[in-house]
Amino acid sequence: MARRTARPQRTLAIFFLGILVMYGLVALAGSWKPALGLDLEGGTRIRLTAVGDGVTSENLKEAAGIIDQRVNGSGVSEAEVTTEGNQYVVVEIPGKSRRDLVETVERQAQLRFRVVAQSGVGTATPTAPASPTGSSTAEPTPSVSPGGGVLLPSDSPSATKTPKTKPSSSASGSTGNNRPGFLLDGKKTKSADPSGTASPTDGASPSSSPTDGATATPTDGATDGAGGTPDINDPLTWMDNPDAKSVAAYNAFSCDNGANTISKNVDPETGKTTEGDNPKLPLLACDDQGQKFLLSVSMVEGTDLDNASAGIPQNQLNWVVNLDFNGHGSDEFAKISQALYGTQKLFAIVLDGKVLSAPTMNGIITNGQAEISGNFNQASAQSLALSLRYGSLPIAFDKDVSVETIGPSLAGDQLKWGLIGGAIGLGAVMIYCLFYYRGLGLVVLASLLVAASITYALVLLLDKAANFTLTLPGIAGLIVAIGITADSFIVYFERIRDEMRDGKSMRVAVEAGWKRARNTCLAADAVSLLAAVVLYIFAAGVVRGFAFALGISTVIDLVVFFWFTHPMVSWLARHPFFNRGHKLSGLDAEALGVDRINIAPVTAGGKA
Amino acid sequence: MGKFSRLGNDLYTGKKSVDFVARRYVWYAASGVIILLAVAGLYFKGLNMGIEFVGGAQYKVTLAGSSVGQDQADAVRQAVAGTGVDGASAPVVTTSGSNSVIIQTKSLSTAENQKVVDAILQTLDAKPSQMQQEQIGASWGKDVAKRSLTGLIVFLILVVLFIWAYFREWKMSVAAIVALAHDMIITVGVYALSGFEVSPATVTGLLTILGFSLYDTVVVFDKVRENTKNLRASHRTYREAANLAVNQTLVRSINTSIVALIPVGAILYVGAVQLGSGSMKDLALALFVGMAAGAYSSIFIATPLLAHMKEKEAANKALEKRLATRRRHEADRYAAVPVFTEDMPVRDADDDLDDEDEHAGHEVTATTTPQRPVPTGRGRVVPQAQRPVEESPASRRTQPTRQPRSKRGKK
Repeated sequence: MARRTARPQRTLAIFFLGILVMYGLVALAGSWKPALGLDLEGGTRIRLTAVGDGVTSENLKEAAGIIDQRVNGSGVSEAEVTTEGNQYVVVEIPGKSRRDLVETVERQAQLRFRVVAQSGVGTATPTAPASPTGSSTAEPTPSVSPGGGVLLPSDSPSATKTPKTKPSSSASGSTGNNRPGFLLDGKKTKSADPSGTASPTDGASPSSSPTDGATATPTDGATDGAGGTPDINDPLTWMDNPDAKSVAAYNAFSCDNGANTISKNVDPETGKTTEGDNPKLPLLACDDQGQKFLLSVSMVEGTDLDNASAGIPQNQLNWVVNLDFNGHGSDEFAKISQALYGTQKLFAIVLDGKVLSAPTMNGIITNGQAEISGNFNQASAQSLALSLRYGSLPIAFDKDVSVETIGPSLAGDQLKWGLIGGAIGLGAVMIYCLFYYRGLGLVVLASLLVAASITYALVLLLDKAANFTLTLPGIAGLIVAIGITADSFIVYFERIRDEMRDGKSMRVAVEAGWKRARNTCLAADAVSLLAAVVLYIFAAGVVRGFAFALGISTVIDLVVFFWFTHPMVSWLARHPFFNRGHKLSGLDAEALGVDRINIAPVTAGGKA
Repeated sequence: MGKFSRLGNDLYTGKKSVDFVARRYVWYAASGVIILLAVAGLYFKGLNMGIEFVGGAQYKVTLAGSSVGQDQADAVRQAVAGTGVDGASAPVVTTSGSNSVIIQTKSLSTAENQKVVDAILQTLDAKPSQMQQEQIGASWGKDVAKRSLTGLIVFLILVVLFIWAYFREWKMSVAAIVALAHDMIITVGVYALSGFEVSPATVTGLLTILGFSLYDTVVVFDKVRENTKNLRASHRTYREAANLAVNQTLVRSINTSIVALIPVGAILYVGAVQLGSGSMKDLALALFVGMAAGAYSSIFIATPLLAHMKEKEAANKALEKRLATRRRHEADRYAAVPVFTEDMPVRDADDDLDDEDEHAGHEVTATTTPQRPVPTGRGRVVPQAQRPVEESPASRRTQPTRQPRSKRGKK
């Protein structure tokens, strides 16, 4: 019995401690004013200009849709994306300086996987054919060394401990370059090589028999490429033996502008080059370090991605982007990895015509999971993952983007009057509850105030965590939530009264009523939570923001109801003011509408 | 207060009861008329979709040198809204950068366009050369709407399954969904009839109503389930039990409606009186109507509909018949007593007024023994109290209690 009586106070104490911790977090975050949405405070306006031909209003709209998902994908900021004229997409984001989002927004995000036929220093070599990748004669140029990009130097110590180390890493003696590397996730592959120290010949020979012979051929293929007529649509053989016209174009190509060089497609029929990134044609492209590549037709497309996310793999220090391919992508990827595994041949990950990295294959990957490592930091990895996740844009945009600050779209007094309306509403609700429930009304009052303070703290915290911003409809939603929150208390108090009408004493009725009201509220709030979760998962934009707010207010309702209102009422029930039915307690005979309350059960024969 | 509480008690005990379920055709008819009005409004007037859904025209005025503040944006908004052009009644006006203003309206005809342009230029005191015009697309494109709709459908399916699983009664799912559709149609009808612009805020408003309507229905159904759990023991038909549940939650429903509608009403008041126009007022009105409809439909539509469907079940029909027989018999206990004749058997074997299983608990005998003992002031029968028993002076002290031997020394 003693244990039981101590409980309500303890629960209340822990509850208030929780609130204090929340406000401590808010103080750490350092902002005491909620972030306001586009309609109340304005924000940043980014205007993108579509370039290139083939810009129609359809694909402009499609692009706007994808950009919408990107800017609203990471949180609930309620950014707006519209098309303007026939070549502009306008993105409006709450917050004064959101220049950081420009890259996420405008990136075309056409991710393609191609195999590398030739690579070398990014200058035009008009005379001699460049030495192909696979040959060991290319050693003098360290940057082309096979397998160099597989692991970053910082990765290698840890990599030796994990089974995903592959024979080829030791084969490339010249790993000294710091080209952005690529690391395939070999963790879940069947063929991950357990012996990280295996010599190149040992490791490669058992599994790479089909391609073994091919390693020798590139040199030949490059020099007398005109001999056979390789089919560009069979990239795995084409890469060993590219056609002469492509090689000639490759030799003429140079990465003058470093990483910003525009990639070119080669038409194998004519040998002509055109700017662009056509998946159906071989590609000439550059990477960050100014190296040039001759790449096959695209083998795996970004559209075959199921998901992309940024993260730091275990035992590593650098950010990577994890890729998760769908069925078709996995199959293709497995084909490439089988052909390339154990050889020194490279494949390239090309994003918007730029080679992100060109690694060798570390293992045979059949589950469609891979990761891109490189010179990423947290922001750039997350930005790339976000762009990849929602697919590529059908059109390209000009690099020159106009960014300006815009003012609020609603008149200045809307917020003020909205808040006044809310205050009036809250006040009226409190007066009504005090009038109807008297003493218990104080509990409603306290509960609502507690709920309001939790909501305020959460809005501040979520602003930091999920870019949550308050719009006018959002504020209206929170005001409506007052009513729904108060309903839990009403259900509870009516249950208590019903139990007392059945002849139970206050202290018993509080617990009996709680058990029934709890189930009712759980069921009803489960429906609200269901709505919030489903809409959050499926919807976009404003609806997503609404779902978020609904979820928060429902959870707050439950938290306050379970850990504040109920312990509070149980605690109050121990005071004679309530359990003896004082006139102002709200639980007297008159309030219940009965003639008298059974304080003690009537026994046969009356009281002695 | 006192009267309302007394009503609460009477409703709880069933002393007073409003027969919501029996008058269901009245409610069905009333709701039918309102829904018909709403649908007619939707069909003939249609919804006034906002810029966010249909796109429109954009004017950008760049003022050389001078800086633009919020005041000017507000002034332009009023001027454009004041032109009386239909498509420009709710323009979106924002400052852009430090020296330009962007005004967005719906697509306008040439004449209307001229009117709006004049109003803007006049207010900002700018030359036509400082203005750029563009067509803008919808920010709420088809696929955003499609995604939201997918979410909604998935949610509704899950809600049906949830209610079914929680109450173990698919008819409750059906009734809840019908009530929900009722509320949504009425709210959308309000938008159609009033000509308010449908904005993304409206969509959130509708979703709020969706949540509230289901929430309210679940609370009422929870009581219905509690009351109908053991119908045979309580000697009530399903309809009566459901009706009692509605009556018992009536006080709660009224209180909840008041508490939920007060804040919305406050926003509505502020929006209409202080702000005049604006999305706030529209949203508040839609919420007000929708939430009122949500509270109404839980009582007047969902529960009667549920009882309507449940009554048709064979088990409930049989129960109803049995109870009717029983009540008819109890109304006049001696109606079936035959007039005595000489050769009559003491009890007629076929005299089976009651249902088979009623016999066990409720023996029908033609005796004159009254059902309840008359208080005589003697023996074990407690007489009616004349006045409340006064508190014994010891009532606040702990009194020693005597427990049976078997209970002693145990907790």
